[in-house]
Amino acid sequence: MSLAAKDRRLGWGLIAPALIWTAAFFILPFLAMVALSFATMDGREVVRGFDPGNYVRIFSDPTMLGALWNSLEITVVVTVISVLLAYPLAAIIAFRVPARWQRLALLMAVLPFWTSYVVRSYSWLLVLGQNGVVNKALLGLGVIAEPLEIASTRAATVIGFVHFFVMLLTLTIYANLIQLSPNYARAAQDLGASRWQTFTHVILPLTLPGVVTGAFLTFVLCIGDYITPQILGGNTELTLPQLIMLQLGRSGNFPLASALSVVLMAVVTLAYFASSRWLRLDRV
Amino acid sequence: MEMRMTRTLSAIALLLTATPGLAQELNALVWCDHTDPALIAPFEEKFGVKVNLKEYEGTAAGLAILEQSQPGDWDVLVIDAVDVKRAVEGGHLAEIPADKLPTADFFPELVMAENNTVDGKTYAVTEKFGYNTISYDKSKVDPADMADMATLTSGKYDGRIGIYDYYLPVLGLVALGQGINTADITADNLGSLKDPLMALRAASKQVADVVSAQTALATGEVDIIVGGGEWLTAVLAAENPNLDWTIPTQGALRWAQSIGVVAGSTQPDLALEFVNYIVSPEGQARLATSSCYWGMPANAKAGDALTPDQKAVLRWDQQPEFLARAQLYPIPDAALDTAMQDLWTEMLAQ
Repeated sequence: MSLAAKDRRLGWGLIAPALIWTAAFFILPFLAMVALSFATMDGREVVRGFDPGNYVRIFSDPTMLGALWNSLEITVVVTVISVLLAYPLAAIIAFRVPARWQRLALLMAVLPFWTSYVVRSYSWLLVLGQNGVVNKALLGLGVIAEPLEIASTRAATVIGFVHFFVMLLTLTIYANLIQLSPNYARAAQDLGASRWQTFTHVILPLTLPGVVTGAFLTFVLCIGDYITPQILGGNTELTLPQLIMLQLGRSGNFPLASALSVVLMAVVTLAYFASSRWLRLDRV
Repeated sequence: MEMRMTRTLSAIALLLTATPGLAQELNALVWCDHTDPALIAPFEEKFGVKVNLKEYEGTAAGLAILEQSQPGDWDVLVIDAVDVKRAVEGGHLAEIPADKLPTADFFPELVMAENNTVDGKTYAVTEKFGYNTISYDKSKVDPADMADMATLTSGKYDGRIGIYDYYLPVLGLVALGQGINTADITADNLGSLKDPLMALRAASKQVADVVSAQTALATGEVDIIVGGGEWLTAVLAAENPNLDWTIPTQGALRWAQSIGVVAGSTQPDLALEFVNYIVSPEGQARLATSSCYWGMPANAKAGDALTPDQKAVLRWDQQPEFLARAQLYPIPDAALDTAMQDLWTEMLAQ
């Protein structure tokens, strides 16, 4: 056997566990879900078949289209705000904080990750409530005369999401920034570039893969989440994951839940293709 | 040789019994109130078994778990009393001996033979009940207003109302508000519930699950929970005695949960012991005051095991009046159920 053939066999042997794992726990379940999405319900029984009715309903029912639209709106807003907040934070940690304190700064940034996601959401509810810390502080300072309605609104959902995803994005962007040689900025400035020009023409393009990777992860995690809109948003508007949960937990309508999940995955896939030019998952 | 084999097998059996990691286990599919260690530990100690508990929410989710399980995976099921027949039709519940259940000690309305019995065979027994009605903070709202459901949509309490996120009781309450009994909700008159439901939604601030509703009421985010009851406010009563509940003149809904032995259980006798423990006066008192949520015990003898304070929170003495004024959940067929859920989804999306 030639050396190249041996290497090929070794290569297949090494990736076989990952391939088997992916096939067993992703590809097969996904195919099963797609097949189920074309089934129908007869009373409370699932009837296997090939009926595109669930997809027709999703794209013709205003409630379902509204849920899809709400999910997209919230996700885009959260992703943009998170990037805008995380980039400066990551830059401060990477460039302004002394090297010996950077680990501590990162630790502080990810500290909220150590608590349960659900507990954190309920904690935000206490912070944003009518008698919460925010309203009490603003009332105490005389900034407002009446408590603001923050909890049980989309704003609360966005705040909860942003808090979570700024931490995630800070890590991915920091990982990019720290790898960047300071010589790039020095060279640009030697050539007469202002600080802003150095950032927009040198630093930002070089760190874009990390930003896009973090933004893509934020998009994926945010659009699939139903806990935060339910707890912080107070169920005041329906999102796609909530609609899926309603079909699973209440209706037992697994075909419609599967079809909605396929639509959700299609949206994520589109986001992947839109960002694939800059996507560098190895930068995470 | 045969004797030697018998001795070996006996030794293995003894070893298996004596090894803590391999102790007998009972698997129960339950609601969160059964996960209170104060409820489960006494049974585990008495029978030397470990009770594995899995929580689920919504009958559809529970039945889906059973359908995807192997026979013998589950031994005990807790289910909405009105859904027992659905579980029996799916072949998920085993018959249990009615003569071994203490139903003679139950509040008569809670025997619920019409729900727990199918074709003369008993498949489950009621274990706990309560009301889906109006919970409120009496320091923030006029308790007299809570006696009339119409007040909720009068404009007086706009933005101060939370709705419990469960379509059956809330649609039932809306129906009562329109003078329709829960048992009389049909596909034909469901449309008449849409406007009052949407009006309630417009007056409300949120649609909340159990914990969110409790948090909202406790923090003053809302002052009224439609669909609430003792199960919502009782665990908060010690910290905030202003949280109260009432049954309006239009009536309220009575929820009830049943417990049964899962068909195909490999240890039906132990499962039945567990069921009997839960409906015993001691088990009932612990279940009634579970840390997850409180509710009235089905077994009236549990009153002997409850403290006067606990009974006061549960409104023990007012039960005859409450029971007379409350109706059971609607029991929709598949088509009506789908229509009700579509209406609920439309309300959520409003």
